Amino acid sequence: MPMDLNFTAEELAFRDEVRAFVADKLPGEVRRKVLEHRRLRRDDIEQWHRALFEKGWVAPGWPVELGGTGWNAIQQHIFDVESAAAGAPRLSPFGLNMIGPVLIAFGSDWQKQHFLPPILSAQQWWCQGYSEPGSGSDLASLKTRAERRGDRYLVNGQKTWTTHAHWADMIFCLVRTSSSGKKQEGISMLLIDMKTPGVEVRPIVTLDGEHEVNEVWFQDVEVPAGHLVGEEGRGWTIAKFLLSHERTGIAGIGASRRELSYLKHLAGEERDGARPLIEDPLFRDRIAQLEIDLMALEWTVLRVAAAEREGKAPGPEASILKIRGTEIQQTLTELQMEAVGPNALPFLPMAWGDRWIGPRVGPEYAAPLAARYFNYRKVTIYGGTNEIQRNIIAQQVLGL
Amino acid sequence: MDFQLSEEQKLLKDSVERYLAKNYSFELHQAMVAQRQAMSAEIWEGLAGLGLLGVPFGEEHGGFGGGGVETMLVMESLGRHLVIEPYLSTVVLVGGLIDLGAAQWQKEALCPRIIDGSMLMALAHFEPDSRYEISHVACRAEPDGDGWAISGRKTLVLNGPVAEKLLVSARVAGGPDDEQGVTLFIVECDDERLGGHEYPLFDGTRALDIQLDGVRVGAEAVIGAAGGALPLIERALERATAALCAEAVGVMQRLQEMTLEYLKTRQQFGVPIGRFQALQHRAVDMFIQVEQARSMAIMACGLLSSADAFERRRAVIAAKEFVGRAGRFVGQQAIQLHGGMGVTEELAAGHYFKRLTAIDILFGNSAWQRARFAQLRAEAPPAAFTQPRKQWKRI
Repeated sequence: MPMDLNFTAEELAFRDEVRAFVADKLPGEVRRKVLEHRRLRRDDIEQWHRALFEKGWVAPGWPVELGGTGWNAIQQHIFDVESAAAGAPRLSPFGLNMIGPVLIAFGSDWQKQHFLPPILSAQQWWCQGYSEPGSGSDLASLKTRAERRGDRYLVNGQKTWTTHAHWADMIFCLVRTSSSGKKQEGISMLLIDMKTPGVEVRPIVTLDGEHEVNEVWFQDVEVPAGHLVGEEGRGWTIAKFLLSHERTGIAGIGASRRELSYLKHLAGEERDGARPLIEDPLFRDRIAQLEIDLMALEWTVLRVAAAEREGKAPGPEASILKIRGTEIQQTLTELQMEAVGPNALPFLPMAWGDRWIGPRVGPEYAAPLAARYFNYRKVTIYGGTNEIQRNIIAQQVLGL
Repeated sequence: MDFQLSEEQKLLKDSVERYLAKNYSFELHQAMVAQRQAMSAEIWEGLAGLGLLGVPFGEEHGGFGGGGVETMLVMESLGRHLVIEPYLSTVVLVGGLIDLGAAQWQKEALCPRIIDGSMLMALAHFEPDSRYEISHVACRAEPDGDGWAISGRKTLVLNGPVAEKLLVSARVAGGPDDEQGVTLFIVECDDERLGGHEYPLFDGTRALDIQLDGVRVGAEAVIGAAGGALPLIERALERATAALCAEAVGVMQRLQEMTLEYLKTRQQFGVPIGRFQALQHRAVDMFIQVEQARSMAIMACGLLSSADAFERRRAVIAAKEFVGRAGRFVGQQAIQLHGGMGVTEELAAGHYFKRLTAIDILFGNSAWQRARFAQLRAEAPPAAFTQPRKQWKRI
């Protein structure tokens, strides 16, 4: 078969199936919150999680016998794009995309039986304990200690930037089990119940005034030895495995398409003198460039997904998805904020909750845009800053 | 959706790359430019020998029966080796117009001579006042006996100096910017009513300006429908623009390789300069642009066969916008990373940079493409945005 850039009849049928499912099962209120940038509660995300779980679509990357879908990479991409573009919220990645695949690859039978089912059904929320106050980009310098005491570990230290720790039932933690030898070799991965005595969660409020991330403190926290993933000293290998398993979803194409549509909608509503803002050639030029940038990223994602489907190792182009995906996401929040002009200034966090009936300033859609712009500064920092990503590409892809 | 090449496509790609790697050195390029040569007859013969001059033509005319993907593979290789030969103008552009619009008997007369390399042709469409606007044609053709007499000026006829025949667009009806009324004529370059002068472009290729003073052609010189040539020209330029994107990817890819090589070998402060993070990040940003430009070129070339004219048009405009911008960026970074050597005539890098600069300009630069893109029909917004909002009582 020669190159063919059109979706096949099967792929189109699958796309229609996804669209129909999202239209049918995504609660309208959740959809509205996502489309209009209102604050999502844990329950909003769980509703969509459960709908996918019931359909058997919640863990596309997992082996079929453990609850996966058996989709190829193109189907997975179609699902990601269609659901996000239609306003589905992003599910919590910590269980489904992170610790789940880790346990499938490295976990004990007991760990798999015990932890995988509640991840699928959303009965258990996970968070990720990687960063520490002194260990950001230099993650391997982490200091949280776990000392073996008989059949338990005793954990002391502090994690930070822990997203949704205040919602989580469990945390997977990189801890130091040895301080001799190479610093990477003394790191292990432990699964810790957030209700264990000695675990304390302290909120960190971010620029947008929101509580999303936390500090997590551990003081003499006892963890059963059976909660060690793999062997002692393998934590770094496991963390790297996770990075190499990041899929094309990291580019966030579907959500960015949704936000681009919303940007055009805002620019159509806003007036620039006598005409809609979208008719201003300068603003239009910037939207056009952003849309073209998104196309370039999307076609790169499709190349990566197609290669993955053929069972080929990801090519060098895969490494650029996080960098470009996050840059585009930030530009979208920036232009959306710019679109509403001075109406971006009022800061009324209550107004983007779900039950606010008090006075507003400016159009309803303007209220959350600045906060969102501030919030999205995180995306080029988390998951390895974009500068660290560039270091990795320079060394591993370009051989510098 | 499938990005894999067929066996036949892989063979095509390998054969053109092998031939050029063996026969087309940077020194050859430099020598031709220095001697003001638009091309080498030997190389043209070589390309003909590989069957590459017949890529767009149907097999019934001795061609390859290729489409956008085949042209992409050839163009990428031509870009990689900085080939100045008139492939784009003769094979893609004129070849495309013949393939799309010529009558059967015209194809029978023209195709074999293009395919065997014995005849070069060029498109004379743009005029001094056109800038990038395809529909601007002031050149006029008046009925003259059973033929036509053409008068006007054409500029930037790519590879015109080596052409035996030109395809000239001229208006048979309407004003200079009307969509209707443009006809395409075959004009012999040795016509005595045709004047002109040739000159080099900054990338070493050569072009021609012409003045037609009542050049007379017969009715058989018309390609396509009289007065209806503009859609034909637009379609052929669409193909050529996608091809140019593929060429740019070859140019960028090679330029990136040269730059990485330089970063790994050039020593300062006792280490290869590629050890410095500031330079590494520039190199990575080049790489990011090259990979995305490749995605866009594949998209544009791959969708040329799409039956959906809007999708095709949108893809080509977006690709040219992105590739032009990426090429400019990659070229500038490459020169900066080569330091002082980058600004010399001697090093290949600068010549690759110049070709990328020319490619951005040809058939509409990024800024112009962006403006066109913004004018395309807007996608319908998702239903949720268009639901009527509650009208609140004024406070």
